[in-house]
Amino acid sequence: MGSTISAIPFAGTAEQEKKLRDVIAKHKDEKGCLMPILQQAQEIYGYLPIEVQKIIAAETGYPLEKIYGVVTFYAQFSLNPKGKYKISVCLGTACYVKGSGDIYNRLIEKLGIEGGGCTPDGKFSLEACRCIGACGLAPVLTVNEDVYGRLVPDDVDDILAKYN
Amino acid sequence: MFRSHVLVCGGTGCTSSGSAKIIEKLQSEIDSNGLHDEVQVVKTGCFGLCALGPIMIIYPEGSFYSMVKEEDIPEIVSEHLLKGRIVTRLLYQETVSENGVKSLNETNFYKKQHRVALRNCGVINPENIDEYIGTDGYQALGKVLTEMTPDQVIQTILDSGLRGRGGGGFPTGMKWKLARTIVPDADQKYVCCNADEGDPGAFMDRSVLEGDPHVVLEAMAIAGYAIGANQGYIYVRAEYPIAVKRLEIAINQAREYGLLGKNIFDSGFDFDIDLRLGAGAFVCGEETALMTSIEGNRGEPRPRPPFPAEKGLYGKPTILNNVETYANIPRIILQGADWFASMGTEKSKGTKVFALGGKINNTGLVEVPMGTTLREVVEEIGGGIPGGKKFKAAQTGGPSGGCIPAEHFDVEIDYDNLIAIGSMMGSGGLIVMDEDNCMVDIAKFFLEFTVDESCGKCTPCRVGTKRLLEILDKITKGQGTMEDIDKMEELCYYIKANSLCGLGQTAPNPVLSTLKFFRDEYIAHVVDKKCPAGVCKDLLSFEIDAEKCKGCTACARVCPGNAIEGTVKNPHVINKDKCLKCGACIEKCKFGAIYKK
Repeated sequence: MGSTISAIPFAGTAEQEKKLRDVIAKHKDEKGCLMPILQQAQEIYGYLPIEVQKIIAAETGYPLEKIYGVVTFYAQFSLNPKGKYKISVCLGTACYVKGSGDIYNRLIEKLGIEGGGCTPDGKFSLEACRCIGACGLAPVLTVNEDVYGRLVPDDVDDILAKYN
Repeated sequence: MFRSHVLVCGGTGCTSSGSAKIIEKLQSEIDSNGLHDEVQVVKTGCFGLCALGPIMIIYPEGSFYSMVKEEDIPEIVSEHLLKGRIVTRLLYQETVSENGVKSLNETNFYKKQHRVALRNCGVINPENIDEYIGTDGYQALGKVLTEMTPDQVIQTILDSGLRGRGGGGFPTGMKWKLARTIVPDADQKYVCCNADEGDPGAFMDRSVLEGDPHVVLEAMAIAGYAIGANQGYIYVRAEYPIAVKRLEIAINQAREYGLLGKNIFDSGFDFDIDLRLGAGAFVCGEETALMTSIEGNRGEPRPRPPFPAEKGLYGKPTILNNVETYANIPRIILQGADWFASMGTEKSKGTKVFALGGKINNTGLVEVPMGTTLREVVEEIGGGIPGGKKFKAAQTGGPSGGCIPAEHFDVEIDYDNLIAIGSMMGSGGLIVMDEDNCMVDIAKFFLEFTVDESCGKCTPCRVGTKRLLEILDKITKGQGTMEDIDKMEELCYYIKANSLCGLGQTAPNPVLSTLKFFRDEYIAHVVDKKCPAGVCKDLLSFEIDAEKCKGCTACARVCPGNAIEGTVKNPHVINKDKCLKCGACIEKCKFGAIYKK
C-alpha cells in the first residue's frame, strides 16, 4: 500500500485521458461506481497518480479526499508506477512455510530495492503478495504473467537474467 | 459423438504449471493425426491434486496422467488415443498396480473423499452452460420456483443443518429466515456472495468458481427467491483472474438462457447478478466491510447489530454467504435435507473442502465428510510429510485460526471440535508444518499479516496487534523476557474482547494457540536464546563440520558476505562476525558439512 505521492512526473497521454473519461461516463450513475472506475483507471495508467484522482473527482463529484482515502485503503491500488516487469513473491502461508521469505529477501538484496519499490531504471518492481493459489508449486513467484514455482533462493539469478 | 474425451485441468494451479500449452499441443497433435472428429479436448476446473499438475484424464478409460509435459503429448496421442494403448509410464503411479490400472477412486487421495461442493470440478467444462445443465444444473432452481414456497425452501435448508462454510459456522437457513422475516415491508433486499477468499493458503472458493461457476449463480437465485430479493452481487478477489473471467461468461450465458433476468421459468420471479471486484484488502472478507466496499468506500467494518439481515448493503436486508456454502444448496434442494444431514457429525453436517498445503506430499484440494480425523486428512489423503520429517502441527483458519499439534492428530474435524482445541474451521486452509517450522516464527508471520491488513478503524486491533508483533519480534531476536510472554497473553485477551470485527477478535488466535501448545518453544527463545527449529536467524549460528568438509570452496564462492575462509582441499571456517546467516552456503554444500545450531 503506497501512501506517498509519486516523485516520478506524471506522463499521461490525451488518449489515456479520453479512455478514462469514457469509463467514468459509463459508470458514474451506477451505485457504488467508485471501485470499478478506480480499477479501470489503474488498468489504463498502470497506477493512480494524484492527477488521475483529480480527474475522477471532478467528473464524479466525489471529494478528492474520499477518493484518496479509498485508493490508499486497498493494496491493489498503487500511487507509484510499477516496473516493466512486476515481480510478486507469494508470502501466503503455504509458500511461507516452504521458504518463500528467503526468496523475497534474496530479491531485495539482488535488486537493491525494498518491497513495494521499483528499480531506478523502471525495469523491475518488487512486491509481496498473498496467495495466488498455486500452492501446489510452493514457493512461487510471478513476473508479470509468468509463474515460477518450486523455487530455491539460488533460482533468483536465473529468473532475473531472463528479463535483463 | 466423440469416442474419447480428454479432460485437462485449467484451474490456477495447473495453469501455473503450464496446462494452457499442453492443451494447445494436444489439439494440434489430435488434428495432425486426423482425430478431431473422434476426440474432444475439454478444459475443466480443478481435479484437486494440484501437486501433480498439469493433470489430464482420458475417458472412457479414466486414465489419469500427471505432471504432463509438452514433449509427452505426441506419445499420448499416438499411443493412447490412436492405438488404444495406455502409456503406463506417464500415469499417476498410484493408479498403476500389478493387475493393471486402478480407478482413481481407489487411490489414497480420492478414496476417502466425498465430493458435494466440488462435484462438477474437473468434470465439466465450466465455460459451457450446457455441460452444467447436463449434470442436473438449474434443476434445483426450477424445482424451487415451480414446486416450493419460499418458506419451504428455508425450512429445507434449516433441516439440512448446513452451516456457513466461510468460517463462522452460522446456520445458513437461520440467516435466510431472518432476512426473509425481520423487515416485513422492505422494498429491496440483496443476496451477496463472499468470494473474497483472503486467507493465505486457502483456495477452495477459487476452485469452485473456476470449475463450476453456475452452481453459485443457481444457488444465489434460490436464495433470492427464498428471502425475496431480486438482485445479487458476487464480491470476488481481483487476484483471481480466471475465476472472474469464468463468472462473467457464466452470468452472460445464464442471462441468455433466461435463467437469470426477468420472469425466470415463467414463474414471475426476477433475479440478476452483478460482479464486484475486490482490491486486495483482507478485512473485506468480513461481512459488513465487504458491503461497505461494494458501496464504493474504504472497506471498513460497521458495528453489529444491526446485522446485515436487517440493515446490510445500502441499508437494506441482505444475506451474505460464502462460495462453498452456495455450492451445497442445489444438491440439498434436489437430494433433500435428510440426505445432507446424514453426512457429518451431530452438529456439523455435510462435507468440508480443505486446501492442503505446506509440508505435505499431495498438495491440493480435498472434500471430506465432517468428522474425518486430521490424521486421515494428512496421512492418508495428503500422503504424509515429504522427506520423512515429523508432523508438528496443522494450521487451520488462517490468520484467525490456530495450530493443531500432534497430540490432537486424531481430532474429528468439525466446527465445535476445532474451537474446543483453540483453533477454528476457517474457510478451509489447512497448512501442515513439520519439525523445521518454528512456531514462534509462524505466530509472527500471522501477526505481520494482521498488522498489515488491520483497517485501522478501531484501536484494539490497530494498535494492539502492532504491540503484539513488536513483542514477538523481540522474542525471535532473542531479546524477550518471561514477562513479555505474560504481557503478550494478557494483550491477546484484551484485543479479542474489544475489537470491532472478526479480524481483530481473532487476530491473537495464532499467538494464543502456539502459546498453549508450544510454550516450550517460546521459552527456548527467551531463556536459552535458541530457536529449536533453526529458523530465527538472530538465534542461529552457522558452522562447518571439519570432518565432512572437503575444501571444495563452493561455499566460500557463493557467500555474499565473504564470511567463509579457507584454502583449497582444507576444511573451511565461517567468520561469525561477517556471516549474514543467509543460508546460501548450506544450499551449495554437496557434502552436508554445514549446519545451523
